Amino acid sequence: MSEHKMKKIYLYSKFERFWHWVQSVLIILLLVTGFEVHGSFELLGFMKAVDIHNTIGLTWLILFVFIVFWMFVTHEYKQYIPTTKKLFEVAMYYSSGIFKGEPHPVQKSKNAKHNPMQRLTYLGLTAVLLPFQMVTGLLYWAYNDWADWGLGFLDLEVLALLHLIGGFAILIFLIVHVYMTTTGHTITAHIAAMFSGWEEVPEEETVPDWERKAERH
Amino acid sequence: MGRPSRQNCGSCHFYGGGGDAVKHGDLDSSLVKPAKNLDVHMGTLESGGQNFTCSRCHTTRNHHIAGRIYDKPAALERKSLLQDDLGDKIMCESCHGMQPHKSGGMDSKLNDHVDKVACQSCHIAEFARSQPTKMSWDWSVAGQLRDGKAKVKGPDGKAVFVKKKGAFVWEQNVVPEYYWFDGTLDYVTVEDPIDPTGEVWLNRPNGSYDDPFSRIMPFKVHRGKTPYDKVNKVMVIPHLFPRNKEDKDAYWKSFDWQKAIKSGMKYAGQKYSGEYGFVDTAYVFPTTHMVAPREKALDCAQCHTKDGRLENLEGFYMPGRDSVELINAAGWTGVIGALVAVFIHGVMRFVAGLRRKED
Repeated sequence: MSEHKMKKIYLYSKFERFWHWVQSVLIILLLVTGFEVHGSFELLGFMKAVDIHNTIGLTWLILFVFIVFWMFVTHEYKQYIPTTKKLFEVAMYYSSGIFKGEPHPVQKSKNAKHNPMQRLTYLGLTAVLLPFQMVTGLLYWAYNDWADWGLGFLDLEVLALLHLIGGFAILIFLIVHVYMTTTGHTITAHIAAMFSGWEEVPEEETVPDWERKAERH
Repeated sequence: MGRPSRQNCGSCHFYGGGGDAVKHGDLDSSLVKPAKNLDVHMGTLESGGQNFTCSRCHTTRNHHIAGRIYDKPAALERKSLLQDDLGDKIMCESCHGMQPHKSGGMDSKLNDHVDKVACQSCHIAEFARSQPTKMSWDWSVAGQLRDGKAKVKGPDGKAVFVKKKGAFVWEQNVVPEYYWFDGTLDYVTVEDPIDPTGEVWLNRPNGSYDDPFSRIMPFKVHRGKTPYDKVNKVMVIPHLFPRNKEDKDAYWKSFDWQKAIKSGMKYAGQKYSGEYGFVDTAYVFPTTHMVAPREKALDCAQCHTKDGRLENLEGFYMPGRDSVELINAAGWTGVIGALVAVFIHGVMRFVAGLRRKED
């Protein structure tokens, strides 16, 4: 597809790949059991679905603590700082350039794993949507303790529906996310990179300074 | 002298309403020697039961017998009633405490339910499990013969028609109806106005979701067609039993409703317009005996589903049952929209790729 000479760079560390794939399994299981608890279909039975959903939800919470900790000790959180630079170009690429075989306007590099659109998406996901699901889920789980915790003003219906809306948002993200993995220089290139850690990028491309993650002191 | 046997208590209480299993779906002669499956407490030792007699739970103090959950509010406080074991009230909690299930995992979730769900709701999944109980009594067809007979028996040997009383419907293994219940029932008396355009509830469980002392309770609901005063819109008291051989006013003597109601209402000191009719009625009985072994308790999904056992209970959100259709519709539209969008995008990429190859 591309005539650029490619080189391989090591982009995703072991821990990143670990949490990405564990998280993906947890999220898919949470979606399946969550929608069953909601009454959308019958698969495992209500009790089993609730049990698995609770267990996985709490497991994810523990994993998430490690993920956030890792982001801050490695300063990788800076990969998520949003920018509007080239955001328009990236949007144009996916809505038109990609069909004409044009190169991606922003190439991946060690210090810029995410293009501006990914930064926004993943920041929204990691900093807003996932914590929102965790907080609403944890409260939902603790329903019987609300009065003891001084949270008696909460309403189960409102909370359950907020959690449901978050679930829909994650499902929609998942669909688009999985599709976007096929937009590399081959269909499976991005998925392969998330397994091996090595991503293929065009050789001659240089990364502008503004995109670089600030060097560690 | 000896302790009262089940037969002693049962000779009245098993035959309430005029015969075996008529009145209560959870209290009939099959409790004289039940298997564990029918009653986990009263079941015989051979069948694995606990062989409880009535008085094992219905304890007495100063000739006052514990029980009668609808005598006064059943439990005013959500506390263990162990200290009240010899008092007026006997509840499941009296022995089983407030955390009757194991702790940990989903068993803890079952314990979480005790604040809103009475034990009986899950642990008596069906009543009248040994013999059928009377579910309906239609007085309006009394006084005539059916197929030339004064008494017609159904396939199970129970009368389905009696000239003196009308038509009956018997049912076995009945799924109860569930209502919020604070331990008290509201009764319609002969002085209370009724609305004859709908079903008249002669008694009704009090309680609601918002009341911390109410729980969801299973009931046998006995339905009927019962005489009422069409003008004054009240229930009537007909005079049934003849006082003597000459008592022509008694319904069971002359089968004349007009005379029987006139006489009965006069005796009760109530006004009667002279015009009677029959109205649909309902009468509830809390279901509390014939607790099944734990394996026979309800699954979560019997209630946590659409069209489940609790579909008619309102005022609260129940996972698996309730939703807001607007959110569902918007959510699934978004999901399908995303799928369609990525599909179209993918097809366009594929076609564009083929074209570039041709060039």
